[in-house]
Amino acid sequence: MKRQTLENPSDTSLSRVDGAVKVTGRATYSAEYAVPELVHAVLVTSTIAKGSITTIESREAEAVPGVLAVISHLNAITVPGWPPKKQPAERMPVGTAFRVFYDPLIYFDGQPVAMVVAGTREQAVHAASLVRVTYQKETHQTHFEKNIHQSGIAQNVQRSKNSPFQDYERGDAGALANADVKIEAEYTIPTQHHQPLEPHAIIAIWEAEDKLTVYDKNQGVKSAQGQLAQAFKVPRENVQVVATYIGGAFGSGIRVWPHTMAAVMAAKQLKRPVKLVLGREQMFTSVGYRPYNKQKISIGAGKDGRLAGIIHEGTGQTSMYEEHLERTVLASRALYASPHVATRYRLLPLDVGTPTWMRGPGDATGTFALESAMDELAYALKMDPLEFRLKNYAESDPERNLPWSAKSLRECYELGAEKIGWKNRLREPRSVKRNGMLLGYGMASSLYGFHRHPSKARAVMHADGSVTVQSATMDIGPGTGTAMMRIVSKVLGLNAKKIRFELGHSALPDAPGQNGSSTIPSVGSAVHAACEALKGKLIGLAREMPRGTGQEWSGVVRNGQVLGSGDDKEGISYADILKHHHLNELEVTEESKSGAERDQYSMYSFGCHFVEVEVDPLTCEVRVTRVVTCADVGAIINYKTARSQSIGGIVGGIGMALMEHSAMDHRFGRYVTTDFAGYHIPVNADVPPIEVYYIDKPDMQANPIGSKGLGEIAIVGVAGAIANAVFHATGKRVRELPITPEKLI
Amino acid sequence: MKPFPYLRPKTVAEAIGMAADDPGARYIAGGTNLIDLMKRGIASPTKLIDINHLPLKKIEHRYDRLRIGALALNSDVAIHKAVVTRQPLLAQALLAGASGQLRNMATIGGNLLQRTRCSYFYDLALPCNKRKPGTGCGAEGGINRTHAIFFAGNGFGGIEKSSCLAVHPSDMCVALTAVDTVVVVNGRDGERRIQMKDFLRLSTQQPELDTNLGPGELVTAIEVLDNAFAKHSHYLKVRDRASYAFALVSVAAALQMDGGRIWDARMALGGVAHKPWRYWAIDLMLRGQVPSEKLFREVAEHEMESAKATEQNAFKIKLTSNAIVAALKTAAGIS
Repeated sequence: MKRQTLENPSDTSLSRVDGAVKVTGRATYSAEYAVPELVHAVLVTSTIAKGSITTIESREAEAVPGVLAVISHLNAITVPGWPPKKQPAERMPVGTAFRVFYDPLIYFDGQPVAMVVAGTREQAVHAASLVRVTYQKETHQTHFEKNIHQSGIAQNVQRSKNSPFQDYERGDAGALANADVKIEAEYTIPTQHHQPLEPHAIIAIWEAEDKLTVYDKNQGVKSAQGQLAQAFKVPRENVQVVATYIGGAFGSGIRVWPHTMAAVMAAKQLKRPVKLVLGREQMFTSVGYRPYNKQKISIGAGKDGRLAGIIHEGTGQTSMYEEHLERTVLASRALYASPHVATRYRLLPLDVGTPTWMRGPGDATGTFALESAMDELAYALKMDPLEFRLKNYAESDPERNLPWSAKSLRECYELGAEKIGWKNRLREPRSVKRNGMLLGYGMASSLYGFHRHPSKARAVMHADGSVTVQSATMDIGPGTGTAMMRIVSKVLGLNAKKIRFELGHSALPDAPGQNGSSTIPSVGSAVHAACEALKGKLIGLAREMPRGTGQEWSGVVRNGQVLGSGDDKEGISYADILKHHHLNELEVTEESKSGAERDQYSMYSFGCHFVEVEVDPLTCEVRVTRVVTCADVGAIINYKTARSQSIGGIVGGIGMALMEHSAMDHRFGRYVTTDFAGYHIPVNADVPPIEVYYIDKPDMQANPIGSKGLGEIAIVGVAGAIANAVFHATGKRVRELPITPEKLI
Repeated sequence: MKPFPYLRPKTVAEAIGMAADDPGARYIAGGTNLIDLMKRGIASPTKLIDINHLPLKKIEHRYDRLRIGALALNSDVAIHKAVVTRQPLLAQALLAGASGQLRNMATIGGNLLQRTRCSYFYDLALPCNKRKPGTGCGAEGGINRTHAIFFAGNGFGGIEKSSCLAVHPSDMCVALTAVDTVVVVNGRDGERRIQMKDFLRLSTQQPELDTNLGPGELVTAIEVLDNAFAKHSHYLKVRDRASYAFALVSVAAALQMDGGRIWDARMALGGVAHKPWRYWAIDLMLRGQVPSEKLFREVAEHEMESAKATEQNAFKIKLTSNAIVAALKTAAGIS
């Protein structure tokens, strides 16, 4: 990775270490590796949502110059890890990952049905347009609202008594019925797609019969390695997965998707390296989405503003063959000190592809409903929404009856309120205009569970005193390497110029994929452990070296040196230590994982968002004009990249609240908003000044670096805060996202 | 995309000659729409004639009109002094369109000829009378939130069954429809001058045709006639995000005012019909009147009486009415 310099001497955080490489186009993304003999694959996808393929007419496509093969279930290689095919084909039982080119059955519109491989991408695209597929159609069900009565408890939840998705109840159900003030409302969030700007892409190379290398856009090289090794029945170490740079993912890269398998299969079949890049329209059916969901909340409180109870029910969409579960209703159990809480979570299987996690999965969805309902109840109580939340502040985890490992949400509320000027707002909705626009303020709380997975890191000190730290972690955008360098720098007392951090390659030490806001807590802890161990070794080696009378080496390192103890602070450099011991390098690998603290504390990241909106009273366009976000995620490792991550989450939340909506024409079971003209994400003009604040108090119960996850809470709650601000501006409560003009007119 | 021959003529005559006798030939300038159409398989030209080297970039004011070459870039026209001072409505509309990057590539001629962004038109797997006549209108009974609410008629409220619910995507064309504009085209039979109002088509018959351009004809310029609207015109675009989105509804409002009264008025609406919808009666309704919100509301609702919603776009009737009021207020300078 490229070295880096400090921008502002007063800000000690590091600038994104690979920023210059990225903005100057020198970073190599998955589709950009120059591989000899490379051929290009283009998918042909189904145009029906349910049924089976009757014929595939590929002669015209095969006649296009440069075409090497048209691959489909008729001629694809057998994937050794898959069960033998049945004749006639049978529909997959629930819980089966989709197998590409396996049999003629169609499970969703946009499913890959064939793939053209040709010498150039242009040839493959053209030939793909000439493949004619005919189907035996069956009646499909894709309409969530019309089928919601078919929803039920997921089979895998029924089987697992300890599943968090089991129905939950605490306290006395009568409390809610007898509450002084009660609200009951339904909230809807349509299907939303991640749509990172970099499309998913893969280059698959079989180096030998049992040796595979893939350059693949994903969020976890180790899990991709494992899944590919299993599918193709080759030793794990024979599969190498490389994903050094990723142009955004937001959850779309957590799984190994069918297009990845398709490229690897084609490479095997043709004995040529194969590149496959999804088209933008294919990104709507190939890499998951935030599932359509509907939630119902009943919530009540006494006149004093104390919550009596919350019933939170949620139903999410899934496919016919897999059960995708999300934390949709779970925030309601932990966020407030409500004596009575009941949650119920259901799934609705439809003839669609399987959804997947999208930034803030479940919680971004659930808090839209919960935080809207809290706001509605506050207005019904004639109470300030912030005051209402403070009144129901959970001092300990009301779900698990455990102390929080740390919680500074109150400080977040106070800081955020002060910065946005919350106390100056007039409580009455639709009461303030600015430049002819209706002005409104809203807020919402945010939380996200703490995830720490076993992780390893290797630290290698080189003869020149520089260090390379490695871990098979990822950087889908937050600036992982930069933050890790900061940890290394702090532990080893080394200038960033002397640190190199390597990630995104499956040959590196084990690390979890980048999801669930777990990277800093997990990998950061491993990096910390490896550097501490390396430091220990260096100090040990220093102590074996001769020293002046009465002097000893301290346990302190600074500026690449082990310092002397006592008055004589003169140190010895790492380079000199290695030189003295005739070492070319010094290497340690450490593993870090959570321990007993998991059962002693409840651990969450917390935060809140304050939003200012302007709504045009005539055109009903909503524009977010200011955001103040404040997060309590323990220690901030690197302020600059953390802030950038928070800003990204807010921008995602603006999209979720105001524009993102994948519209499906249910007559065909097909999405129709399959480009950026139809699927809107925020552009610069939609993004106002965003002020980011952190409490920055280490949570030392959580892990040795005292830092919790930030990626998800950046977006969790944002949609609710915006909806609440829109209510304040207009007096209209919008319970169905996105908040577009027709919902306000 | 399908392979095609690519040609680069140097003169208008040469270009027209290349297109002659080949109904599948297409001219390409900025390519900001055509390339997308080719990538999605909607346009498959038998021949691509790159006209970027033709001398059609000039922007000038001559006698009583502004003449803009067909190859002038949207971004150049939007900031050209003669445009900004004489036809600010056009400048505003151009800047409301697309994004900076696209405006830097897109030409005036291409803007006139851009095709609808209707999702059904863009998806080969779905029915579309415009893309494949006779297959039906996918938007009818489908996802039609952004689709048309005004249909064929004489401009005074007639509604006929339409075979296509698509709307025209251009902002520029809305402004050009409001004021007097001539589209200059060249073909084998020489130059032809078409009034803007007759250049684009409604969709009652042959929705596959967006314009009345003849086979092989090439747009060479537009001419915007001088008018007295510069002080009191406004282009209002209502959209789902702050920039880089097609209009849900747009309004090009142009007033001539003197002594606190309106003496002439023009209006065209975007995002509501198969072509920019000229509000013909507005001059009669506003002439001699003192501007007020109440008056503008009456005027807006009058025109909306002839609007007709489909399943998902009833909101556009109220929204258009509100947008007309908002645009007229801004144009008239009342709050």
